[in-house]
Amino acid sequence: MRVSLFITCYNDTLFPATGQAVVRLLERLGHTVDFNPEQTCCGQMHYNTGYQQEALPLLRRFVRIYRDAEAVCVPSSSCVAMMRDHYPKMAAEQNDAGLARAVDELLPRVYELTELLVHRFGLEDVGAYFPHRVTYHASCHSQRSLHLGDLPLRLLRKVRGIELVDLPNIDRCCGFGGTFAVKMGDVSAAMLAEKMRDVENTRAEVVTAVDNSCLMHIFGGLHRQRAGVETAHIAEILAATESDEVPA
Amino acid sequence: MTIRVAESAQAPSFQKAALPLLEDAQLRRNVRHATDVIQLKRAQVVAETVDWQELRTTASDTKAHTLRYLDHYLLQFEKACTAAGGQVHWAADADDANRIVADLVRGYGGNEVIKIKTMTSDETGLNEALEHEGIRAHETDLAELIIQLGRDRPSHIVAPALHKNRSQVREIFRETMHLPDLGDRPEDLTAAARRYLREKFLRVKVGICGANFLVAETGSVCIVESEGNGRMCLTMPEVLISLAGIEKVIPSFQDLEVFLQLLPRSATGERMNPYNSLWTGVHANDGPKHFHVVLLDNGRTSVLADAEARQTLHCIRCAACLNACPVYRQTSGLAYGSSYSGPIGAIVTPQLLNMEHGQSLPYASSLCGACYEVCPVKIDIPEVLIHLRGRVVREQKSALDAEALAMKMAAAIFASRRRFEAAQRLGRLAQGPLVRKGWFGNLPGLLGNWTRVRDLRALPPQTFREWWKQRAKNAERSGHA
Repeated sequence: MRVSLFITCYNDTLFPATGQAVVRLLERLGHTVDFNPEQTCCGQMHYNTGYQQEALPLLRRFVRIYRDAEAVCVPSSSCVAMMRDHYPKMAAEQNDAGLARAVDELLPRVYELTELLVHRFGLEDVGAYFPHRVTYHASCHSQRSLHLGDLPLRLLRKVRGIELVDLPNIDRCCGFGGTFAVKMGDVSAAMLAEKMRDVENTRAEVVTAVDNSCLMHIFGGLHRQRAGVETAHIAEILAATESDEVPA
Repeated sequence: MTIRVAESAQAPSFQKAALPLLEDAQLRRNVRHATDVIQLKRAQVVAETVDWQELRTTASDTKAHTLRYLDHYLLQFEKACTAAGGQVHWAADADDANRIVADLVRGYGGNEVIKIKTMTSDETGLNEALEHEGIRAHETDLAELIIQLGRDRPSHIVAPALHKNRSQVREIFRETMHLPDLGDRPEDLTAAARRYLREKFLRVKVGICGANFLVAETGSVCIVESEGNGRMCLTMPEVLISLAGIEKVIPSFQDLEVFLQLLPRSATGERMNPYNSLWTGVHANDGPKHFHVVLLDNGRTSVLADAEARQTLHCIRCAACLNACPVYRQTSGLAYGSSYSGPIGAIVTPQLLNMEHGQSLPYASSLCGACYEVCPVKIDIPEVLIHLRGRVVREQKSALDAEALAMKMAAAIFASRRRFEAAQRLGRLAQGPLVRKGWFGNLPGLLGNWTRVRDLRALPPQTFREWWKQRAKNAERSGHA
C-alpha cells in the first residue's frame, strides 16, 4: 500500500528519529511511504488554546495535501484526535459544503500508526526485537478520543525480547496537555511527579507511548531527576530488529 | 442586574491560587486519599448497572429538552407549586435572591435559620448577606458545619471538607464547640456534631435548602442527602425556603427514575441515597406551614443563549468530574476561586460571570477527558473548555498580548512550507547560546515554565524532512551509479 505520512510539526522538528522509525517499519512491512513536504501542522495547538480561527487554514491545508491519499499515517494520537474531534465541526461552521464533504471523505483514511498496523494491515507481530524492560503510557487522546484500547499493547506483546510491565494508574493524565504544561506549569509538574512515581515503580528502562508530546514531558522530568529511564515512541520499538542490537 | 458568584471577583488566577495548595502536603494527601476512595466506590456501582450508558443518554436528552422549553417548564412548576400551597419567587441575580430570602426570614420574625447544604446559596453568598441583616445561618451538613466552624472554604461540591482529615476536624470541633476532651474517632466527632446540631433543629423556626430537582408536572422539590440533617430541616421548621437555579427543573415525576439512579452512584458511589426527600407545597399538621421557592437566574439565561456551552446547565452537581480530574487532585477545589470547583467549576464560573472574572479557569485543564467520561449527564467539558478559551481569546485578550502575538506568528509560519522550514533552521541557529551539552538551560518567558521543572533536549541537527530529502537524493545518486 502507498502510505502518506503526516509526520506532525513537532515530530518533524524535535523527534526525527520517530519519523525515520515509521518509514523503516512501514517499508520493512512492504509498503511505500510518501512524504509531501508541503505539510506543516494539524492546528491542534491553536485550536485547543483558543485560537480557533488560526487553526482553520491548517485544516484546509491538510485536506488539500491528503485528499487523494490512499491512507494517511500519523504517529501521534492527539493530532488524529484534533482531526476527528474538531475538523468536521470546523468545516461545518464555514458553510462550505465542499470542504465539509472533503473532510468527511478523508477522515476514514486517516490512521494513527497503531490503528494502521492492526486495523488496516491486520498485523500484531511486526517482526520487531527489543530486549528491554518497557512500560506503556496510554495517552489521554489515545484512550478517550481514539479509543485505542489495547491496540498498542497487542503490538508490543509480540515484540521479541521485550519485558512488558503494566504502568499503574494507566488511565491518569501525565500533565502535559499542550500549552497547559507552560500556562499551568506548577500544576503540570505536580501531575508529572505522580506519573514519574508510577513509572519508577515499574522499574522499566523505557517508557513508550503513541505520542511524543507526553513522552517529551515525562522524559523531561525523569531526566531532570537523573532517574536513568529512557522514553521511546512506539514506532521506534516496533522498527527495532536484531540487527540494530548488534554492536557496531 | 449584577451577576455575582461569591468570592470570584476577588479570586486570584488559578495558577496563583494553586501555588500554596501544591505546597500543602497534608491537604494533597487528604485529597488524593478521598478522591481515590470515592472513585473506586463509584466505579463499582457503575459497573453493576447494565444500562449505565443508556441512562446517561436519557438524562442528557431530558436536560437538553427541558432547557429548550425552560420557560414552559418553569411556569408549569410555578403553577403546580402554587396550587399546592407553595409560593414561587423569581430572582434575577444573587443580590435579588439574598434580599428575597432575608425579607422572608424577617417577615416570619426569625433571626436564625438552619440550612441544608446548598451550592446555590454558596453561589449567592447567602450566609454573609443574612449575617449583614442580623440573621444567623447554621449549616447542618456535617462537612458544611466543619467549614463554617473552621471559617474555611469548601474544596469540593459534594464533600466540601474533603481537604480536612479526622484530626484536623477534631481540632476545629474542640475549639469551637468548647470540648477540650473530644476524641478523634469518627463516632466521637459525629456525636459531638449531633449534640451541637440537635439543639438547633429543635429551636430554629426557618429552614433553608436548595433543590436537586424541581418537578414541573407536580410542583415538587426533591432533595437527596446522606446524613438525615436534611430530613430534619425539611420537616421540623415552620417555614421552609428553597433556593434553586432555574436549570434544576425536570418535566415529570417519571424522570426522577433516571436521575435518582445516576446521581447517588456518581456522587458518593451509593446505589441510593440514604435520604430521598420529596415534597409538594404545604400540608395541614405535616411539615412546614409555609413553603417558598426562590428561582435564581444569576447568569444562567446567558449560558442558555450560547448554543455551544448550553450543556453546562445539564449539571446535577454530582462532582464525579472533580474526583476523576487529575488537576483537581493536585490543588483541591480551593484553587478555583468559587464554590463551583473542578472541571465543572472551570466551565460554570466563567460563564455565570459572563467571562468577566475567572479567565484563567478555562485553562485549568489538560483536556484529558476524564471528566466527560464519568459525567452522568454527558457534559462534554473539554469541548466547552475549548469553546470558552476561544471566548477568552476573542473577548478578553488584547491583540498585543505576548501570547496572542506568538500564536499569530506561529500561524503565519505553519501557513507556508518555506516559512516553516526557515523557522526550523532559524530555531537551530538561535538556540546556540541557550544550549549546553545538548540540553537547553533555563529558557525565557513562558517556556521558562517548562525548563523550571523539566529538562529539554536541544533541537536535533537534522529535521525529519531534511533527512527525507537527503535520503531521496542518496537513493537517486546510487540509482544513477
